[in-house]
Amino acid sequence: MPDLLIELFSEEIPARMQAKAAADLKRLVTDGLVEAGLTYASAGAFSTPRRLVLSVEELTAESRPVREERKGPRTDAPAAALEGFLRSTGLTKDQLEVRDDKKAQVYFAVVEKPGRKADAIVAEVLEGVIRNFPWPKSMRWGAGSLRWVRPLQSILCLMVDEAGARVVPVEVDGIAAGNTTEGHRFMGAGRFAVSSFEDYRLKLSRARVVLDAAEREAQIWQAATNMAFAAGLEVVEDRGLLAEVAGLVEWPVVLMGPIGEEFMGLPAEVLQTSMKEHQKFFSVRNPKTGRIERFITVANIEAADGGAAILTGNQKVLRARLSDARFFWENDLRVAKAGMGEWAEGLRAVTFHNKLGSQAERIERIAALAREIAPLVGADAGLAEQAARVGKLDLRSAMVGEFPELQGVMGRYYALAAGMPAAVADAARDHYAPLGPSDAVPVEPVSVAVALADKIDTLTGFWAIDEKPTGSKDPFALRRAALGVIRLVLVNGVRASLAAVFAKAYPGADGADLIAFFHDRLKVFLKDQGIRHDVIDACLAMPGNDDLTLLVKRAQALQAFLASDDGTNLLQGFKRANNILSQAEAKDGVEYSFGADPKFAESDAERALFNALDVAEQAIGPAMRAEDFAAAMGAMAQLRAPIDAFFTAVQINTENQVVRRNRLNLLHRIRAICSGVADLTKVDG
Amino acid sequence: MTDSAPLPRSFQEIILRLQAYWGAKGCAVLQPYDMEVGAGTFHPATTLRALGPNAWAAAYVQPSRRPTDGRYGENPNRLQHYYQYQVIIKPSPPDLQDLYLGSLRAIGLDPMLHDIRFVEDDWESPTLGAWGLGWEVWCDGMEVSQFTYFQQVGGHDCRPVSGELTYGLERLAMYVLGIDHVMEMPFNDPQSPIPLTYGDIFRQTEEEYSRHNFDGATTEMLFQHFKDAEAECERLLAFDPEDPKAAKSIVMAHPAYDQCIKASHLFNLLDARGVISVTERQAYIGRVRALAKKCADAFVTTAAGGGAGGGAVA
Repeated sequence: MPDLLIELFSEEIPARMQAKAAADLKRLVTDGLVEAGLTYASAGAFSTPRRLVLSVEELTAESRPVREERKGPRTDAPAAALEGFLRSTGLTKDQLEVRDDKKAQVYFAVVEKPGRKADAIVAEVLEGVIRNFPWPKSMRWGAGSLRWVRPLQSILCLMVDEAGARVVPVEVDGIAAGNTTEGHRFMGAGRFAVSSFEDYRLKLSRARVVLDAAEREAQIWQAATNMAFAAGLEVVEDRGLLAEVAGLVEWPVVLMGPIGEEFMGLPAEVLQTSMKEHQKFFSVRNPKTGRIERFITVANIEAADGGAAILTGNQKVLRARLSDARFFWENDLRVAKAGMGEWAEGLRAVTFHNKLGSQAERIERIAALAREIAPLVGADAGLAEQAARVGKLDLRSAMVGEFPELQGVMGRYYALAAGMPAAVADAARDHYAPLGPSDAVPVEPVSVAVALADKIDTLTGFWAIDEKPTGSKDPFALRRAALGVIRLVLVNGVRASLAAVFAKAYPGADGADLIAFFHDRLKVFLKDQGIRHDVIDACLAMPGNDDLTLLVKRAQALQAFLASDDGTNLLQGFKRANNILSQAEAKDGVEYSFGADPKFAESDAERALFNALDVAEQAIGPAMRAEDFAAAMGAMAQLRAPIDAFFTAVQINTENQVVRRNRLNLLHRIRAICSGVADLTKVDG
Repeated sequence: MTDSAPLPRSFQEIILRLQAYWGAKGCAVLQPYDMEVGAGTFHPATTLRALGPNAWAAAYVQPSRRPTDGRYGENPNRLQHYYQYQVIIKPSPPDLQDLYLGSLRAIGLDPMLHDIRFVEDDWESPTLGAWGLGWEVWCDGMEVSQFTYFQQVGGHDCRPVSGELTYGLERLAMYVLGIDHVMEMPFNDPQSPIPLTYGDIFRQTEEEYSRHNFDGATTEMLFQHFKDAEAECERLLAFDPEDPKAAKSIVMAHPAYDQCIKASHLFNLLDARGVISVTERQAYIGRVRALAKKCADAFVTTAAGGGAGGGAVA
């Protein structure tokens, strides 16, 4: 069975697009081959800055023949029906078969499709894939009309079997597939022919190209960490940067250089961000001091001078960049030490949203709200208000203007420079958190207060002006803000009614609707933590459901309870009781909540249930008051055996109406006790 | 080992080598456009000639003005007046990257000794209604050129596509010559009887124009000139193509485009004077773009633009 090798060789593909493009190539080609009736054993895709590569192993040499039968019109149908059938099958009348079908004679078309050679299928599929490739952005070049991410220069398409390698005849807009490629732009030595994937890979590596991006990443990381280690330093890990850099080189050469002593006073984050953003450098840190002392750059060439000229050049560019950064830093510090009044003033002129006012107005609101929230999270109200006031002033600083991702980080430095307390400075940095689902959640009370106030102001504000997220559209990242509030509340065990907090935030928001939105986000969040959907619903139906800490505590206890044998069986007992009771209530048009009387009990099982319910109620009441859901459910679990025994021994709907009513009232007690913990009717099973 | 030319000794030698190189590669070596522009792309040899089906190959130095970048000659690499080297070839040849790398060798940058990289950078000019895909070219981590395949200019799809190369000459030359401050760069050969540095020629003008751009220029006049240029551009394009005197069709695409260039530079000056607010900014850019589009519409009706209208091109 032949192997297939495809290389699409082009001018430099943007680093950020390479991995997905390789995956797309694999998916689209293999899907196309399978759809055309071929099968294969395995396939692998690779990318470098100049090529997308697909290797398919053990492809079937031809597709299976296919026999297709289609039923047509009856022989006595109008002529138009037959014509239509002939058109759709592409056959002539004498090619049709006539068969008996029930009471009539019917035309049948039998189309035999012979198997096709894999080469022809590959040619067809590849051309289609090239012409319709899902690049995020593509272009034309020269006088052609083909679109590719950058000019496509050559196509290599080989079928390799025992007889050797043959070129699959594909031609796309004048580019005919061949069996040749080229290596590294500068270190390779012209075009060369290849005869298999192994041969291709080997010759590429001789021509100074590492085909596999993961291998390039590993090489870079290993060389970088070794180099840093030898100097008693460590590389600051950055996976995104590593992937990007591996997409900028075909032959990584790692070089390390010093950062000028005059820049050592800059905050580590500034050095790191400037080097990464502008030059795609890794930062190298002194593990003892935490200072960034060197940079690592990854070149694409083994220079004759060992990279000396390259390092000198990079250092020079770095010096210019860091001079800018130092200029920003020094100017910003001057403003910070003067109390940041200039920035506060400047934020009056910056619109946050045209219906929600300026940044300055927003800060006022957050400060007022942070004051309200402070006691709920154990923070000093004065400090929380102060932190909210200074937390966003760095948005006007020159450094954040240059590097928006340093917002907050710079705020902390400037707050410290202005002589503010550490808790205030930390809140300036941390109040944006958590940003992503895996981002750390602040735990310092002042930070928590400001972080909550910031997000709740945003949510209530956008709710008030009716700019809620719809479908995939969430331009103001309100889902992220809500998830942030949820995590802040849960991690810190904050006990508060959201409705009460919303009422103190931006006026005019529909609090009930916003809480429903929170509940949706909470369901997604808890589902990721393995808590069942129906369990959450059962707890959401209980009062106080805008106290998220309480809600989650209840859900966790219920989930654990239902996972136990007692829990599952009790649930069955509850459902049985509830069903019988609901049916009787519907039928009789009354509610059986009268209070069952043990004196009408006829059997031991019935009497035992009365006793068990008394005991359970006595235990559950205090447990619920203490919000000890586990204890309450534990007490509830004790009802399992008596309920089971009761249902085994007793017929509810007896002839004696007094006894029947009493038993229904007894079922009501079961329902009432269980429903006090969660709405078990919402639980599946 | 090395296959690149010996290192040049002056700014002008770099320019001369680029001129010689691209001339030898078949480009018409043009002279700068005689108007104030923000970048080499504004030269009609690029903006207008990128439109229409006719083949084209040109290279030229273009003095460029960015009034807001003035630093009184003090910043080591920021200038309000600087030079760009511009190459435009239509249709873009298949070996344009290799041709470009040849030009780096010609000015003494050896790709076997330096780290040359093509890093994604999509180019867009909101004032010209133009965009393209390409790269910024890095040499040892420094951006030395912009490399773009034009996809659209003046709102028109480019067919065929032009390949455009823009070299920031001062920055590139400082790198090649190993100079830290632009004003210290030798303009002519340092061994000349009268050696001149970049600063000898431009330090004073940078000071004068910085003051002019930030404080001197009369804003009321600039606003008026902007309106005049806009009106004139539209008026020229509104003429009946048929010229009664010459008894043939003459569309005044280039004179109208001159007015568009003027409007663009006036906007840049007003911006430097700090009299255009954030919200007005977009509106002004939109007005210049509207002019550029109208000029492009007019140009493609002319012979040079591949249209049926008048023009001297065969």
